[in-house]
Amino acid sequence: MTILAAIFILSGVFFMTVSCLGLIRLPDFYSRTHAVGKSETLGAILLLIGLALHNGFVLGSLKLLIILVFVAIANPTATHAICRAALRSGLQLWTRSKPGS
Amino acid sequence: MTSLIFGIAIFVALLIIMSLYRMVAGPTLFDRLLGAGLVGTKGLILLILIGFIYERINMFIDLAITYALLNFVGAIVLGKYFERRREMPR
Repeated sequence: MTILAAIFILSGVFFMTVSCLGLIRLPDFYSRTHAVGKSETLGAILLLIGLALHNGFVLGSLKLLIILVFVAIANPTATHAICRAALRSGLQLWTRSKPGS
Repeated sequence: MTSLIFGIAIFVALLIIMSLYRMVAGPTLFDRLLGAGLVGTKGLILLILIGFIYERINMFIDLAITYALLNFVGAIVLGKYFERRREMPR
């Protein structure tokens, strides 16, 4: 059980690292939303599953699973709301012929 | 297992500092909002890890639920507020 929890926690930390690197390195706002909306949610889900396995079968694990379901619903919704606000306020897409911005 | 959780808490704190870079130096306002959301999710994870380190997990899980709710409501409200403006905010 401990080894399984350690595997889940380490893979979650890997996906969070990937999302953080994507937030820094990607060239555009819309591609950064790709990094934040998917990799961050997957990393948080894996890390919370690992912590619930480490905690055992008690009430605290049920609360951890409630946090997991809430993060899995709320994080892509918040990213989508910010992205729609950016699109409706006229933020331009990134193209290769026009670098920078 | 306790030392693994301690090391992972330090690493998540370093990742929070890395995403604070995008909050400070983002070209537009929406990049800053995106970085704020990322800092919020990582802070939630860090709060649960601190609860495991101090072995008072039942108190820290309730704090983490409250923090997740506030983070979600803040992101939605700021998105709806900046959608109204027609000009490009910086």
